[in-house]
Amino acid sequence: MSRSGSGQTDPSRGPYIAVITNRSTTLVIRGFMLFSIGVFLALVLNLLQVQRNVTLFPPDVISSIFSSAWWVPPCCGTASAIIGLLYPCIDCRLGEPHKFKREWSSVMRCVAVFVGINHASAKVDFANNVQLSLTLAALSIGLWWTFDRSRSGFGLGVVIALLATLSTQLLVYNGVFQYTSPDFLYIRSWLPCIFFAGVITMGNIGRQLALYECKLMSEKTHQD
Amino acid sequence: MTVRERLREKISAAFYRHGLLCASYPVPIILFTSASILACCYPLLRLPLPGTGPVEFTTRVRDYTVPSHEPQGDLGEQPDWYRGPPVAYIQPVLVKAAVSPWDSTLVPVDVFRSPLGRVFSLLEEIRNHVHDDGSLEALCLQVTDLLPGLRRMQRVLPEHGCLLVSPGNYWQNQRELFDSDPDLLKTVHQHEPKGLHTSATLRDLLFGVPVKHTGVSLYSRKRVVTYTITMVLGSYDARFLSSLRARLRQLHPSVNCSLREDHMVHVHFKEEIGMAELIPLVTTYIILFAYIYFSTRKIDMVKSKWGLALAAVVTVLSSLLMSVGLCTLFGLTPTLNGGEIFPYLVVVIGLENVLVLTKSVVSTPVDLEVKLRIAQGLSNESWSIMKNMATELCIILIGYFTLVPAIQEFCLFAVVGLVSDFFLQMFFFTTVLSIDIRRMELADLNRRLPAEAGMPLPKPGPLRPREAPPPPRPSPHTITLQTPAFRNLRLPKRLRVVYFLARTRLAQRFIMVGTVIWIGILAYTDPAGLRTYLAAQVSEQSPLGDGGAGGLPPHLGVAPVFPGPGGDPVGTLSVLPAPAEPTPLPENQSQGHHGAPGEGVPLVPQISWGAEDEEGWRRLSFRHWPSLFSYYNITLAKRYISILPVIPITLHLSPREAIETRHPQDTRHPPPPSLKTNDLPADLTLYKVAALGLAAGVLLVLLLFCLYRVLCSRNYGQNGVAHGRRRRGDLPCDDYGYSPPISEISPLLLCGHSMDIECLASDGMLLASCCLAGQIRVWDTQTGDCLTVIPKHGLRRSSSSGCWEQRDGWDAVGVAEPENLGGGTEPGGGVFDEGEGYPLRRRTTPRPALFENQPDLTPLIDTNFDSQPPSHLLLTPPRDGFDFGGLVEKAYLEHEPPSPGLTLRGNLIAAGRSNGKLEVRPNPESTPLHHGKRGGSHNEKAGNNICKRRVSLWDAVEGSLRCSNEDGVSGITALAFLNNRIVAARLDGSLDFFTVDINKPLGLLQYRGPPGRSNMPPSPCYSSEDVISCQLTRSVQCAHQKPITVLRAAAGRVVTGSQDHTVRVYRLEDSCCLFTLQGHSGGITAIYIDQTMVLASGGQDGAICLWDVLTGSRVSHVYGHRGDVTSLVCTTSCVISSGLDDLICIWDRSTGIKLYSIQQEVGCGASLGVISESLLVTGGQGCVSFWDLNFGDLLQTVYLGQSSDGQGVRQLVVLNNAAIVCDFGSELSLVYVPSVLEKLD
Repeated sequence: MSRSGSGQTDPSRGPYIAVITNRSTTLVIRGFMLFSIGVFLALVLNLLQVQRNVTLFPPDVISSIFSSAWWVPPCCGTASAIIGLLYPCIDCRLGEPHKFKREWSSVMRCVAVFVGINHASAKVDFANNVQLSLTLAALSIGLWWTFDRSRSGFGLGVVIALLATLSTQLLVYNGVFQYTSPDFLYIRSWLPCIFFAGVITMGNIGRQLALYECKLMSEKTHQD
Repeated sequence: MTVRERLREKISAAFYRHGLLCASYPVPIILFTSASILACCYPLLRLPLPGTGPVEFTTRVRDYTVPSHEPQGDLGEQPDWYRGPPVAYIQPVLVKAAVSPWDSTLVPVDVFRSPLGRVFSLLEEIRNHVHDDGSLEALCLQVTDLLPGLRRMQRVLPEHGCLLVSPGNYWQNQRELFDSDPDLLKTVHQHEPKGLHTSATLRDLLFGVPVKHTGVSLYSRKRVVTYTITMVLGSYDARFLSSLRARLRQLHPSVNCSLREDHMVHVHFKEEIGMAELIPLVTTYIILFAYIYFSTRKIDMVKSKWGLALAAVVTVLSSLLMSVGLCTLFGLTPTLNGGEIFPYLVVVIGLENVLVLTKSVVSTPVDLEVKLRIAQGLSNESWSIMKNMATELCIILIGYFTLVPAIQEFCLFAVVGLVSDFFLQMFFFTTVLSIDIRRMELADLNRRLPAEAGMPLPKPGPLRPREAPPPPRPSPHTITLQTPAFRNLRLPKRLRVVYFLARTRLAQRFIMVGTVIWIGILAYTDPAGLRTYLAAQVSEQSPLGDGGAGGLPPHLGVAPVFPGPGGDPVGTLSVLPAPAEPTPLPENQSQGHHGAPGEGVPLVPQISWGAEDEEGWRRLSFRHWPSLFSYYNITLAKRYISILPVIPITLHLSPREAIETRHPQDTRHPPPPSLKTNDLPADLTLYKVAALGLAAGVLLVLLLFCLYRVLCSRNYGQNGVAHGRRRRGDLPCDDYGYSPPISEISPLLLCGHSMDIECLASDGMLLASCCLAGQIRVWDTQTGDCLTVIPKHGLRRSSSSGCWEQRDGWDAVGVAEPENLGGGTEPGGGVFDEGEGYPLRRRTTPRPALFENQPDLTPLIDTNFDSQPPSHLLLTPPRDGFDFGGLVEKAYLEHEPPSPGLTLRGNLIAAGRSNGKLEVRPNPESTPLHHGKRGGSHNEKAGNNICKRRVSLWDAVEGSLRCSNEDGVSGITALAFLNNRIVAARLDGSLDFFTVDINKPLGLLQYRGPPGRSNMPPSPCYSSEDVISCQLTRSVQCAHQKPITVLRAAAGRVVTGSQDHTVRVYRLEDSCCLFTLQGHSGGITAIYIDQTMVLASGGQDGAICLWDVLTGSRVSHVYGHRGDVTSLVCTTSCVISSGLDDLICIWDRSTGIKLYSIQQEVGCGASLGVISESLLVTGGQGCVSFWDLNFGDLLQTVYLGQSSDGQGVRQLVVLNNAAIVCDFGSELSLVYVPSVLEKLD
């Protein structure tokens, strides 16, 4: 793959299109974009939670927001990159390309709703945790129904959400950090909903990016 | 008809009418909408700015105790924040002072100088008040330092000790400084910031009441000065405060004061927005803007994208504002942080509807009137809009039942916002859109007309008799849509933006307007600026306007010039109002009676205490207290202050005292002439003027409306509806008071054939049709002009080669037909000899069994001819003539519409090529060419003519035979044309590959297409001088055991389907058989293959198979139809099949799951075509319908004309430029779907 890529770039003096359409390069670019989006969202949403004192990180590092738990944003970024790459890949494997609302405006709407869900979880006063969790679950399902509606998306979302919840449990159990008022074993019960919504959102972004790449590829083949 | 459909019809009708209304009266509607927006937003004025509005809580003073820190249970109403002591207690002392009685010798400055002067004694009193052992010093909030950076406040605000704020601070609380101050106003003004200020100013802080209520002005009408002495107490001592209150009341009794004193208000301030909050907030806003950007980017094909995008955003924003305003109006106070929820609200409400509307409207036919377009566009999307709105409302309603207050409030806002958004979309945005589209059409007309004028008017009239639809299709403007599209193509987007900016000089204008406004505001608010000047001017002018009661103007003139202290002019002026006094208040009357010039009658300024004074601090900015405390580095965020009941003080000063305290320079001020104008009369006149103005406005509107109707009644207004009603009787589906908007797409009728049309073929630019009479006509698909007529005898004449043995026989058969006899168009009457008896004899031997299982009447051309061959095989002995008669008779016996069998008699079928050449074929082999070839890829521009065993090439435009080939031995059943090869399938199951060569004389390259086709690539084409030869290169014998029924070629492959249940794939270049595909349990009846190597086949068993052409494996296999599959089309995502059961099924291509099916009318089952990835067109009884492939929604139904009632569309050909050719009877219909142009993207 890389060999053919270099072979293409050499003769053509304008290497831009060749580089862009090179599959592995685009994969890397896509992954990087997804990673940075994930990091950004993690930072922002973490701020929301920190304001509300939902999570407590060890006191010595809480002095600076950005250095509090330096590993959280990269983890989120990596996870979102994986998810964002996984979704189009799975679509491709299953042979059912996702066609529902494939527009950037829709993706933006999805991201906004996701941030809104986080916002609600952090800021709205609920009577009890059950109500909070149920509301967030309904919101997440609504997010999926509004912007995804694919079975693969749902399945992957549920699986990843469960995995992420499990790993968070483990982390908390090992004392890496803790929640102020855990109500579900060691964590908050709404965490899976947030994870699910996040997976759906990142999948949406990833699919849109992949679509962009597809367009470039097809343009190139047309040019050929 | 189900309730749902009826509802849908109703909604559609309502939207249609509404669209007409909006487009007809744009300006009144926009005015009305703006007015309602403003009206709904009015309550917002009372609201604190979104963000950090303080929250209040009221308790009784009597049993007040400082709340404890621990939350006490059971105190239900107490808010969370009401815990612990407040930051401070505020004790306002509200002073109202007036010089009374007002003496005519007093100058304006006296209004406030002496009242202000009393502040010092009051302060003294307050400071020195001692009760028990409590004093102010002990109780008050001790402040230490002003924040650095507030140097200019230093001399004004207390820097240490008690925080006690009063107007006296301007003079450092020293009476001497006050007395020696020559210009009090200047002192007050000098601390004011310049320009716009929204938060609390120093003047507000010190006076404690809003500026306009202080009365410290030269032009005060009430002559009552109001100010507050604000004590900020650190701790609460009820006894001290009550004794202070009693003391002050005793000293300065307020007679008519009935202020309640039993409530204290606690004001809680929300947190200031910090960095940590700001980042998520900014993020949501960025996302919001990205959303808006990506949404509005989709607006296209309008005159002003920016304008419409702006309108869309305005729609959403003002609907939100309206929502908040309405909620406030009905008593709900927003508690949510407006800035935080705002982006989410926008996202929830969304811009989608607006975009959908725009898209729908711009995709209506451009040649319609604007208002019809708007109405159609609205009507088309009405159902989806209503559906979306209902869904959203449902979701939000669910949210409302979460019973979480914050979410409930959000939902409430969202619901009201959605409804008002809908309202605005319908009225505001639709109207803006109509204006925009009207502008665009004007612009396009202006641009296009000169260009079109230079073109020769095409084609003779009689050849294009058009059914005259109400708006006759103006051919030059048929494709108006392409103009903006071209523009889009040519210029990159950024360039267009730059051009747009440059053209409209938008930036400069914005800057200019901004500067002008800014300067205006500066000039207006400047203390020494316009406002004071204007006020002076106005007050000077008003008495004059009132009629200047006799002889007074001279005094007026004198007054400002000689403002002597207590001089006569002042006295005179003070009496001036008397004549102008319309309302006889008791005091005023008496004043009027005694009010002779120069008589100086005392006027008592009324000091009244009202409810608004009770909590006068409410009228201050809500930033008042936070900014006061912030000067001392005390934050009020998330804390609260307690405001104690006001201590009212009324001061009446005698004129003498006022004169005594006067500063020598005070009299220099020009005395205000406006002293006399009272509030009440002014108000009354205002009301009168307003009422009169309103009445006049209404009258004017009515008048204009009448004029409008009178002048434009003919061609304006509800014209479209009336027209629709006229046609209603003819159209089957509108008993609902409106005509389906679709009927406004006027199909172009191509008349000219005298008999039923049998075959159609097209390459996008040209359309060839062949009728039963044997006549071939070539049409221009864009204009509908008939380019060439090739009569049947023309065939013979041009074929000078003498190789037409069968010619006579065909003619004889043709003439033997009753139709042909009556038609008289057959010039072959001379050749009756053998034809007479021949077919007749044959007619007696029909094979009914064969016809039973044949889809022979399905109108799709492919199917017709595919299904024919077996009959030839069986009916025809291997001799040179077919048994046409038998077929014909059979067809007539069994089926009313003319059978495709008639084509067997030797009629020609033509398929035009883009360069103006034609493929002309007589008889069964009339498979139209596969049109997937690109213009540049194939050089062969000639057509071919296959006549049973011959292949003949014809020139399309001239109708002359170019070449023919007669190598075969058996009749040709199917034909395909790819690149420069022609593949012919024969009755005996063999395949012949022909190669067409062109020997072109040099220099003869020319473009021969119809004029004006500049959008087509000017491909070189071959003139009639070219020598075209067609040679058999290879023949595959026994390709199939049974006759080949289907032949398709694309992407270098030739696919054949046969009665022997197999499909074979050949390579075009070397005629090599690649695969034999087995899987069907019946004869193959339909095959689809396209450039992307998608292969689908359908058989008589009703099964559909998808194949992988590269490997030859079967991808999927579904049973979909009872009876034969008659046609198959694939898109990238789905497979569309139609069967003998008149059902159109749409399958998911990857999974093979049936998505949905469409029941067609009888006999129209196979007429379908795919226009774009998502648009399917099907034929019906006298109409064609457009479907959204993704959702199976019926988008439009286009009626083809009155004459077509009951006649099914039998064939349907989709052309490249999105015209649809339908065939019914002897007419063709061209239906343009310009919207496809943009739906393709």
